Amino acid sequence: MTALLKVSGVRKTYGERVVLADIDLEVEPHDVICLIGSSGSGKSTLLRCLDLLEDVDDGVIEFEGREVSDPRIDKRAVQRRIGMVFQAYNLFPHLTVLDNVTLAPRRAHGVPRAEAEREAQALLARFGLADHASKHPDRLSGGQQQRVALVRALATRPALLLLDEITAALDPELVGDVLTVVRELAREGTTMVLATHEMTFAREVATRVCFLDDGRILESGPPDQLFTNPREERTRQFLRRVLP
Amino acid sequence: MGPDRIGADWQPSARELERRGVRRRQRVRSTSISAGLVVLVLVAVALVVSGSPGWPRVRETFFSWQDAKAVFPAIRDGFWINVKLFMICEVAILVLGLAVALARTARSPWLAPLRVAAVVYTDLFRGIPTILLILMLGFGVPALQLQGLPTDPLAWAGVALVLSYGAYVAEVFRAGIDSIHPSQVSSAVALGLSRPQALRFVVVPQATRRVVPPLLNDFVSLQKDTALVSVVGVFDAVFAARDYGLYNFNYTPFVVVACFFIVLTVPLARFTDWLGRRWMERERAGQL
Repeated sequence: MTALLKVSGVRKTYGERVVLADIDLEVEPHDVICLIGSSGSGKSTLLRCLDLLEDVDDGVIEFEGREVSDPRIDKRAVQRRIGMVFQAYNLFPHLTVLDNVTLAPRRAHGVPRAEAEREAQALLARFGLADHASKHPDRLSGGQQQRVALVRALATRPALLLLDEITAALDPELVGDVLTVVRELAREGTTMVLATHEMTFAREVATRVCFLDDGRILESGPPDQLFTNPREERTRQFLRRVLP
Repeated sequence: MGPDRIGADWQPSARELERRGVRRRQRVRSTSISAGLVVLVLVAVALVVSGSPGWPRVRETFFSWQDAKAVFPAIRDGFWINVKLFMICEVAILVLGLAVALARTARSPWLAPLRVAAVVYTDLFRGIPTILLILMLGFGVPALQLQGLPTDPLAWAGVALVLSYGAYVAEVFRAGIDSIHPSQVSSAVALGLSRPQALRFVVVPQATRRVVPPLLNDFVSLQKDTALVSVVGVFDAVFAARDYGLYNFNYTPFVVVACFFIVLTVPLARFTDWLGRRWMERERAGQL
């Protein structure tokens, strides 16, 4: 099987500060890659680079067999194939839930309104949000907003879903709701790369876990191996601190 | 692995160097396209204008170098009045506008009269044409010969400008204050700040940043409207130009005044752009 996403030697700097260095990562279809590591280790930056929201300073990113880190590439064409969900939801407060979800299908993918709305309603219903379609995002709870953000990302049927600490801003009671959705997506075979602080969850859904430290992937492997028998001392330290 | 932290021994790969080359070429290409297009359009416009049959007469009446030179000192002296008027009025307008906007957002029942006064003020003074207000105050008040009040029409024209623009600016500030999410007030109140303190330290600073572009808009407009004081006989730049133009049957002075006003407004626009960019860079450093 060919890799859906192939990252090699990616480097990213902000001025003098090196935030990512020598990042290598391969994502096959149906993979669920969990990025773990302390805050500031570069997880979010990596996801932003993958979605071409940031230009990399070195290295190559290939997506669906094409190099997308090339400046000549049509970034929008790539971004239309990738879904991203942010920690702070980033829903558009001036649009209703339904309009938030149908915006990209209608405007970026040219889906007719009726069809986009039918599909959006179906997705919303699936994630228990059918009653909220006509509300504005600020009227919903954090967990509901984040599920809307997930639906919004899914509405364009992306080949790859990037989730950036999507439960970090939620209280524990609501975390479960959102994780249930992600778990279900994983079971269906959705290809995902997600940054997370939920170790138990990562262990459960991940096909591979990458431990980022100081901008590098220090160690990666299947969850059972990485969580029970990490190779690096730094990983062990981190896991001791975060595992219950 | 270690030394790379500071980026000292890192060398860009061949691919990255190639990519930088591509980016550089893209930049050069877009710069040359824009520069080329601008020159092309300017040349085309110049050719069309200078080739049109009426052009010699237009040039003589509006772009006469002798007349421009002759009228320059008078306009420069008059323009100084416009500049002074603008500087003083701008400060007064900002203070008045913000005060009125805050009065309109006040919640306390004790301040209800103030709130009503603020609403009436904006409704009234936004509705009156500025030139009418200047005529009313500039001619009317000195004619009352009230003791202790200045009789200088210029001063009253300034007051008219402040009253008129204060109403606009108040609405701009109010829109800015309303645009700040209520959660900002909540978190300030939760920290133990009083409501006025929350406005003073949290809401107004954020609101001000948001409304800088529309405020600039109003101030460019104000700079131009200082020309209206000429209707009450103040010898400003426009009055000087009209004086010369009507005497010599030449309209070049108006073009000279126009240049003065443009030269005054452009730096202000660039300054605001720079200020906005600096705020943005500081507060949104590489985030979301």
